[in-house]
Amino acid sequence: MRAVITVTGRDTVGILAKITAACASANVNVMDMSQTVMQDLFVMTMLADVSKCNIEFTALSDKLKECGKEMSMEVHVMHEDIFNSMHRI
Amino acid sequence: MISNKDILETIKMIRGENLDIRTVTMGISLLDCADADIDKACVKVYDKITRLAENHVRTGEQIEKRYGIPIINKRISVTPIAMLAASAKGEPVKFAYALQKAADTTGVNYIGGYSALVHKGFSAGDKELIESIPNALAETSKVCSSVNIGSTRAGINIDAAALMGRIIIEAAKRTADNFCFGAAKIVVFCNAVEDNPFMAGAFHGIGEPDCVINVGVSGPGVVRSAISKKEMQDADIGEIAETIKRTAFKITRMGQLVGTEAAKALGVPFGIVDLSLAPTPAVGDSVAHILEEMGLEKCGGYGTTAALALLNDAVKKGGVMASSSVGGLSGAFIPVSEDAGMIDAVKAGALSLEKLEAMTAVCSVGLDMVVVPGDTDVDVISGIIADQAAIGMINNKTTAVRVIPAIGKKEGEMLEFGGLFGSGPVMPVNRFSPGKFIKRGGRIPAPLQSLRN
Repeated sequence: MRAVITVTGRDTVGILAKITAACASANVNVMDMSQTVMQDLFVMTMLADVSKCNIEFTALSDKLKECGKEMSMEVHVMHEDIFNSMHRI
Repeated sequence: MISNKDILETIKMIRGENLDIRTVTMGISLLDCADADIDKACVKVYDKITRLAENHVRTGEQIEKRYGIPIINKRISVTPIAMLAASAKGEPVKFAYALQKAADTTGVNYIGGYSALVHKGFSAGDKELIESIPNALAETSKVCSSVNIGSTRAGINIDAAALMGRIIIEAAKRTADNFCFGAAKIVVFCNAVEDNPFMAGAFHGIGEPDCVINVGVSGPGVVRSAISKKEMQDADIGEIAETIKRTAFKITRMGQLVGTEAAKALGVPFGIVDLSLAPTPAVGDSVAHILEEMGLEKCGGYGTTAALALLNDAVKKGGVMASSSVGGLSGAFIPVSEDAGMIDAVKAGALSLEKLEAMTAVCSVGLDMVVVPGDTDVDVISGIIADQAAIGMINNKTTAVRVIPAIGKKEGEMLEFGGLFGSGPVMPVNRFSPGKFIKRGGRIPAPLQSLRN
């Protein structure tokens, strides 16, 4: 199963490091990522393989959200199917 | 990888535009719970609901987390209870207590199906059940009731319209100290559908499987936002319709995904996605504001019916392609108290009961969450019901009446329900009496299906 992790907020030092460290500790493999800054808003999206994740998906979601909160960033962890179903025919 | 633009669009819809799954409703057949002894029947009802819906709420919460999409309500609909009341001797209200207990145990917020289908006449159990509705709704908090009094194939049961006028007023009186909320939990239908997941009118039709998952999506805020974009400012009507279709497609795809996942997790068949645009009192989640965004000064003015017809049809066209199975009420709801734009329009004097009635000819359901003065005559309520049923019967569509007589309140005052139900301004009602017509009783014959003018 693959998840899309999005991180939005004001750009700050160490966002990528913190999020990927949290992913690594949960045994989540980051497969692809991109980041951009739109009008001061930092946006990072990552595609991650969570099939070997060592914690429950909901726990992973809470963990990354918490991680984002520490940096005043908003983090969403969502199953990739929601994007596939909404944006692909 | 999915493009950033698509990812951000989805997140913006959910966070900023109130996109959500309005309800995941489990339909449960209670036909095998019938028993001549009402107490035994109630035990069977409770046992069956709690067995099948044991994991319903938890599954919904898991899906919410997994996909990051809010599922506002988890609900249950059951076989019209009048069918069980037919074979059981005793007070039908006992079934309402059993339903309430089952709803409490399973953790759902509403359970629908305290219902009777009487479009062609009353059979055993129907009258007893209908008479018990005010009591059942006053003494329970989660049970919802509906009565079907007409259909295109059967005509309209005027005796039932007369009866329901009285029942609605009694339900309001019984709950006068609780914002007359009893009346907000009764829907009087014409052409009721068997797979509607939305309350208060949900019941599990007799043609349905034993257990099924139906999903109702929402998203007025997303539609409004799509047509309010800068590039849409000079768009013509055709482009507006196209944009609504595209948006409805995306919303419905999400409903389809959640429905199939929930059904798989619970091990029951997936039923339908109901495409309804269901507003909430939240800012930016209003159907009236979509119509105003199209170019109306205020919802309720001339042009409103045309704009609503366009919206309703475009939502269906976009949604149909997005789902393997569309059903339920599917269209735009126009509940007054649950829609900030409708409330404003009533307060501004732009939206009258008569205009709402015209809108029901092209919207998905009917007069919904309309507050009328507490001293409205019972025959007038029955007349409103008969008129709505006639629009449904002739136009081959579902129509419904959910009016709340605000006991002790007059035109212009407000009735505050709170939460998703919002607050309703008491609307002026035409008080000329249809009494003699309603009291004649009998049935309006089924209409002709040809010569359609």
